[in-house]
Amino acid sequence: MKVGLFIPCYIDQFYPKVAVATLELLEKLGCEVVYPLNQTCCGQPMANSGFASLSDGCDKNFVANFGEVDHIVSPSGSCVLHVKEHLHDQDEVKATYIRKHIYELTEFIVDILKVKNITASFPHKVGMHISCHGQRGLNLSSMSELTAPSFSKPAYLLNMVKGLQLSEPKRVDECCGFGGTFCVFEEAVSVKMGKDRITEHSVNEVEYITGGDVSCLMHLEGILKRQGSKVKTIHIAEILNSD
Amino acid sequence: MNPKNFNRLFFVPIQGASLSHSAAAEIFNKDESRTDWHDETLWFVREKRDKAVRQIAEWEQLRSLGSSIKDHTLSNLDNYLAEFEKNAQANGIKVHWAFDAEEHNEIILKIIREQKVEQVVKSKSMLTEECHLNDFLAKRGVEVVDTDLGERIVQFRNEPPSHIVLPAIHLKKQDVSETFHEHLGTEKGNNDPQYLTEAARQHLRTKFIHSQLAITGVNFAIASTGGFVVCTNEGNADMGAHAAKIHIACMGIEKIIPNAEHLGVFLRLLARSATGQPITTYSSHFHQPRVGQQMHIIIVDNGRTKQLGRPDFRSSLKCIRCAACFNTCPVYRRSGGHSYHTAVAGPIGSILNPNLDMKANADLPFASTLCGSCSNVCPVKIDIHVQLYKWRQELVSEGYTASGKKVAMKGMAFVLSHPSIYRVAGKMGRWMMRAFPFIMNNKSLNPWYKQREMPEAPKQSFRDWYKKNKQ
Repeated sequence: MKVGLFIPCYIDQFYPKVAVATLELLEKLGCEVVYPLNQTCCGQPMANSGFASLSDGCDKNFVANFGEVDHIVSPSGSCVLHVKEHLHDQDEVKATYIRKHIYELTEFIVDILKVKNITASFPHKVGMHISCHGQRGLNLSSMSELTAPSFSKPAYLLNMVKGLQLSEPKRVDECCGFGGTFCVFEEAVSVKMGKDRITEHSVNEVEYITGGDVSCLMHLEGILKRQGSKVKTIHIAEILNSD
Repeated sequence: MNPKNFNRLFFVPIQGASLSHSAAAEIFNKDESRTDWHDETLWFVREKRDKAVRQIAEWEQLRSLGSSIKDHTLSNLDNYLAEFEKNAQANGIKVHWAFDAEEHNEIILKIIREQKVEQVVKSKSMLTEECHLNDFLAKRGVEVVDTDLGERIVQFRNEPPSHIVLPAIHLKKQDVSETFHEHLGTEKGNNDPQYLTEAARQHLRTKFIHSQLAITGVNFAIASTGGFVVCTNEGNADMGAHAAKIHIACMGIEKIIPNAEHLGVFLRLLARSATGQPITTYSSHFHQPRVGQQMHIIIVDNGRTKQLGRPDFRSSLKCIRCAACFNTCPVYRRSGGHSYHTAVAGPIGSILNPNLDMKANADLPFASTLCGSCSNVCPVKIDIHVQLYKWRQELVSEGYTASGKKVAMKGMAFVLSHPSIYRVAGKMGRWMMRAFPFIMNNKSLNPWYKQREMPEAPKQSFRDWYKKNKQ
């Protein structure tokens, strides 16, 4: 299966290890992975700030990079959701194909690859951070507001990892407060939301906080480091790819 | 750059005296333990709501039904409003129409003057808050006594309500005790809720007995019967309406429902969503004036038809004012209702208020992480977070954005549209962060750094690694 790897701009620049883990994991699971070299960004930073009108260039570049692959996979629920909901181009046939064939990493592994076993080992106490766009936008897990039966694609995979003890914070799916440019334009509330998530994970005595979006983890990591906390953040791809 | 210039560049100044949401929220967060208390108090209400809705197997279907009835009604609003007017008049109710807040207030003033009324009581009505009725009447020498306990507390303090269902939720019992000591002469330092409530009860009883005119809101107006329903937990709408010789009920045009049987959907949705109660303590049905009483209904537009004409935002008029979106909103819980500087705060307020005044409320659609929890709890399935996103686009295209933000976004869009420039910029940026960390590590210029460390800047990007290792 030919998979186009979409690595969001800030992961490319600041968290290459997450991208490496994603690539290696997909290869382990039998995918032929290509990384189109001229990719940049999905355009979400502009669109969420009200400047969707400026994201044409990003859209065009995205279609030029990913127009020829069967599936597109990315280790970011938020960027995937943005592409799914907002990607348009002069070549609307290709744009439509991309919107329908782009997947967040864990949903791709569970729904398309239908993986039943993961041979990873991560003997640590890990807290699950559910990122909103993956959850409420891509339906990666059940939502506390709805009365539907509970499920979680990321937790399903993490529970296959040897030695891993998974815990949930008391408020299972409250937002961490990153929110794109919200994190600087509403700095006070953003940080308070992040601190509160961290407090709930700390009560569970976790060593790591994991999730499917590096943006949320970057925000939590920034607060943890400022607090001098021993708790680390780690992307789910890094855990699923660990030996 | 000094921080003041930074703020001028990146934040739109809000018109009038009020601070922007982010500035007010920053002040709110200065007292962290109080912010925690506010957050936990409202989360408690959200949890009560969760428990209540899980007791109904068909909850999600009920939401869909409520949503469909409202959609249908909004699409046939002209007919239902006309039907309601005809039936209400046949019941002996006087129906008035108000184009805007001013006309609404003038109608009430006219009734007060014609009937030579001196004592007015009012039960909770967010519409009258939206129209600033109390201020309007006070300036003309008429005092209105709010009879909802929470509203009376904030009225004593000269504050607007901070929440549409729980108007004084931002106050602790100590604050109430001080306020009552000052205004009702209760014992100083006595914070016992029962003692304080009893004092309010005695005080309000006198007001009810002497009132000549009672104003109430309307939760649901039934087109086919010409009657309306007012929901309260304190019975204060009944106390007011039954004691006074004149009852004025104020409603926005969107309060119409086609038939009485639809109350079976909405009353179940409303109380569970609002407070987790199976039903509001008092669901009072008013159909006609009693002998010797006058009953008026004022049907108000005040921007609603304009919102109805906006395809992206018309469904916001489905709102039944339960405030579930307030209680679930992680931003509302940590910024308090007053940060929204509008009568209706919270996520729903952030999609309603830009319609009333885009310039004054341009900050509100940005007071959200777009987490989507609001849309999930909404009993009539308004896609609130989607509309927040759409309002952002609308505000920017109408020019309500700070110049610095516009320049930054244009620059960012340019870089991200050109792969080679993006790569050079990324490399330079990371090099700068490693070589001159003090540029980014500046608390007054970089809001990220105020309370968070910057991510570490690696020497190579993923693309660099990929080219080296995979090609």
